[in-house]
Amino acid sequence: MGVIAALLMQFGQMVLVLVLAPAVTGLVRKMKARLQRRVGPPILQPYRDLRRLFGKDVVLADNSSWLFRAAPYVIFAATWVAAALIPTFQTGLLFSWSGDLIAIVALLGLARFFQAAAALDTGTSFGGIGASRELMIASLAEPAMIMITFTVALVAGSTQLSTIAEFMLTTGGLRVSLGLALVALVIVALAENARIPFDNPATHLELTMVHEAMVLEYSGRHLALIELAGSLRLLLYMSLIACIFAPIGLVVGGTGLLVHAGALVAYMLKLTVASLLLATFEMSVAKMRIFRVSDLLGIALMLGLLGTLLLFVSGGM
Amino acid sequence: MGGLLGCVAALFAASFFGFLPIRRHSATFAVYGACFAISIVLCALSIPAIAAPASSALLPLGLPWLGAHFRLDALAAVFLAIVDLGAAVASFYALGYGTHESEPRRVLPFYPIFLASMNLVILAADAYSFLFAWELMSLTSWALVMSRHREAATARAGFVYLLMASFGTFALLLAFGILAGPDGAFAFDAIQARPLSPAISALVLALVLVGAGSKAGLVPLHVWLPLAHPAAPSHVSALMSGAMTKVAVYAFIRISFDLMGPPAWWWSLPLLLLGGITAAAGVLYALMETDLKRVLAYSTIENIGIIFAALGLALAFKACELNGAAALVLTAALFHAFNHMLFKSGLFFGAGAVIVATGEKDMERLGGLIHRMPISSGAFLIACLAIAALPPFNGFASEWLIFQGVLVSPQLPQMGLKLLVPAIGVLLALSAALAAACFVRAFGMTYLGRARSKAASEAREADRWSLTAMTICAALCLLTGIFPGLVIDALQPAALALVAGHMPAQTANAWLSIVPVSASRSSYNGLMIFGFLGISVWLSAALIHRFASRAVRRAPFWDCGYPGAGPIAQYSATSLAQPLRRVFGSVALGTYEEVEMAPPGDTAPARLRRFIRDPIWDFAYAPLAGGIGWVATLLNHLQYLTIRRYLSFVFTTLVLLLSVLAIWG
Repeated sequence: MGVIAALLMQFGQMVLVLVLAPAVTGLVRKMKARLQRRVGPPILQPYRDLRRLFGKDVVLADNSSWLFRAAPYVIFAATWVAAALIPTFQTGLLFSWSGDLIAIVALLGLARFFQAAAALDTGTSFGGIGASRELMIASLAEPAMIMITFTVALVAGSTQLSTIAEFMLTTGGLRVSLGLALVALVIVALAENARIPFDNPATHLELTMVHEAMVLEYSGRHLALIELAGSLRLLLYMSLIACIFAPIGLVVGGTGLLVHAGALVAYMLKLTVASLLLATFEMSVAKMRIFRVSDLLGIALMLGLLGTLLLFVSGGM
Repeated sequence: MGGLLGCVAALFAASFFGFLPIRRHSATFAVYGACFAISIVLCALSIPAIAAPASSALLPLGLPWLGAHFRLDALAAVFLAIVDLGAAVASFYALGYGTHESEPRRVLPFYPIFLASMNLVILAADAYSFLFAWELMSLTSWALVMSRHREAATARAGFVYLLMASFGTFALLLAFGILAGPDGAFAFDAIQARPLSPAISALVLALVLVGAGSKAGLVPLHVWLPLAHPAAPSHVSALMSGAMTKVAVYAFIRISFDLMGPPAWWWSLPLLLLGGITAAAGVLYALMETDLKRVLAYSTIENIGIIFAALGLALAFKACELNGAAALVLTAALFHAFNHMLFKSGLFFGAGAVIVATGEKDMERLGGLIHRMPISSGAFLIACLAIAALPPFNGFASEWLIFQGVLVSPQLPQMGLKLLVPAIGVLLALSAALAAACFVRAFGMTYLGRARSKAASEAREADRWSLTAMTICAALCLLTGIFPGLVIDALQPAALALVAGHMPAQTANAWLSIVPVSASRSSYNGLMIFGFLGISVWLSAALIHRFASRAVRRAPFWDCGYPGAGPIAQYSATSLAQPLRRVFGSVALGTYEEVEMAPPGDTAPARLRRFIRDPIWDFAYAPLAGGIGWVATLLNHLQYLTIRRYLSFVFTTLVLLLSVLAIWG
């Protein structure tokens, strides 16, 4: 019974993130539209988009290779596995020990590697422009993320997200280093999800686009997988921030259906709040010039380093 | 022990196949076949020797009062396994690749001696045989680099390499001289028994860093490496990058962890600093380079930096008697050395296949090879993923261990280290991220897109020997990435011997996950991640093909309404790295761009020029070379003096020497 329940719980988590991801994207879009005094598309619109894309033919460029066709599956799988490793409503799931926070960062790196390689595959300038900018952003965002990981891991004494969440629930308190890590993590999350001020998910202007330029040649089910992976990544970062900095409501070694239902409600609430914050933030700032992006990410890297440094010098900060 | 030395003797004998008056192809086949067989035997003998007790031998060779000492302990066995596995795959690859060589007789006689000398360096247990084998290794590899000496670039590379190699050996010679002391106790066990004062140990450490570091490619002694490694034939490049730099790492570990006795904590400072800077600088250079083999050579510098930074942490832990943590980072460093041998060999094999197929190694003239070289592009892709430290491949496992080592280092009591280690952590994280960018670029520009030259559009897949060697490297990258626990456990005897500590046994863990300290602290399971990735890919593909659409239409790519954009309109290797060059290069490498616009009304094209300077070359080597030239010009006057002047010089020297003797004696 124990093993089967644990397996079910793990499977439930994997399905949960997959099912919720488009809704979060829809929710952010809806909130943004409402803040702009538009009606906006319904929250369920991303599901309809996905269904429509899955049903369509794939139009492949003449000179694209097997890598172009395989990449969407790898991008989706890597993002999905990474998202499933983050505690959403319960800690210590059956397979949560198979990868820690560093592995999650690296899995997202795997997705990005294939994304950029696929962008270069057709040999168009758009693919190149997107890949080139994405690599620049990633080369600063990834080390910043590793430094954030270090900060959090030094506080909690573990890189394992379940342990970190349990630590934050029980003994965590206000610390300078965690504050720095939170600011840095928000910056990295915005960059990794191609949100304003780094990238505009709603633009197709060649001067500004990064992520959209990389997926320009994709269509049909391939595009659907990439869109789904993008939604999953947004959900992943929201869950990550929630799990480290707001672990309230997480089930630790859970029992009972009611406890889990409560945890699920708490998780949904957190996602809603995060979406609202994201929409408000995106409404209130402008997109940056591409070469100013490195400054902001450099700040995130420095904040991560500062947090780690504080903890090296004094464990209590 | 006897078997190993016999194999080394057989390697020396195999070099005679290169001289035999037989057909070129037969000679190639005989030499590389023999080298492959002997290397496999050496590798098979050394792996069980890691866990076996140390054995030694004394041969009546070399200095008459010293003899030649050889010793096989856990550390030597680990590096023998790394070097000989690399040698075996390189020889196998050369069975096919070597037949494309235009002048094989320039390579064949030196290749087996090069392999033998690397083995001898690792087996040597006295200063004389160590330095003899070290110099033999330098000279044979130099001869291999010079096999295409008619190219001007090769001649320059050979010159710089020879200078740096002799300089490095000179530093090692001095280091051993100081270690052996005034009695001339050159055998390693005699050196071990001598305690060192702090000033002496600082001097020895500096000399060893120069000697081993210049061979390994530590910044600022790296300048020869990106010249010499790419100039050699590709299987030799693979060996030089994959195996010879590991021999240098071995020399450093042997002297600093073993011969110099218990370390002081400040020994780790230069290592951490140089390692971190080398890692970041190496990959930045690689990102600016467009020659495929030079990209790989620069990335070797990066990986050496990572290994040395980990070794620095291990020394610090050992000095503070945190033996478990020291074992963790030392294991990580050895694991990374093994991994780097695997993926760098695979990458150089891929580059060699590209050169054979197209005659080009400039990425600006390649592209689209994935269509014409499907198998080698797949193997190259896996090696790229591994070197970019992405799961589930082996590069990630070892870098993950190093990061875990950084995370236990707040236990170190010294304030200097507390401030330095986080900074080194940033440099390592930065170099990991930049390595991913670098290898997306290397793979994308070489294999993806449209062919940028006629040669690239007519390329043909490599021969079967080469493909097999590449596939073996790729498969081993995946296997050691999925089962890192096996390698970690195999390395523990070496860690136990050097830092008197060991990591917990990994093969006993459930589901073969690796747990460096404790399960609640951190764990990683390559097998599980691989399984999850595989299942997710399979599940999504199966579901989509079953329930959604599986139709495919082919159409031209979107050209923005401007038809006829040739392959030249694609992003090039230079333009792909432009944002990175602007962000990082302007500070670290002094890069800048100049735009030359035609005056209004003129139809001449606008030109963009980029300039990249190597600040180390500008600020260290150029002044040094200039200074030497200046001194040489001054000394030149001494050639044209009268006999009386010379006699008076002789007299003055004699008086000076005698007075020195009178004061000290």
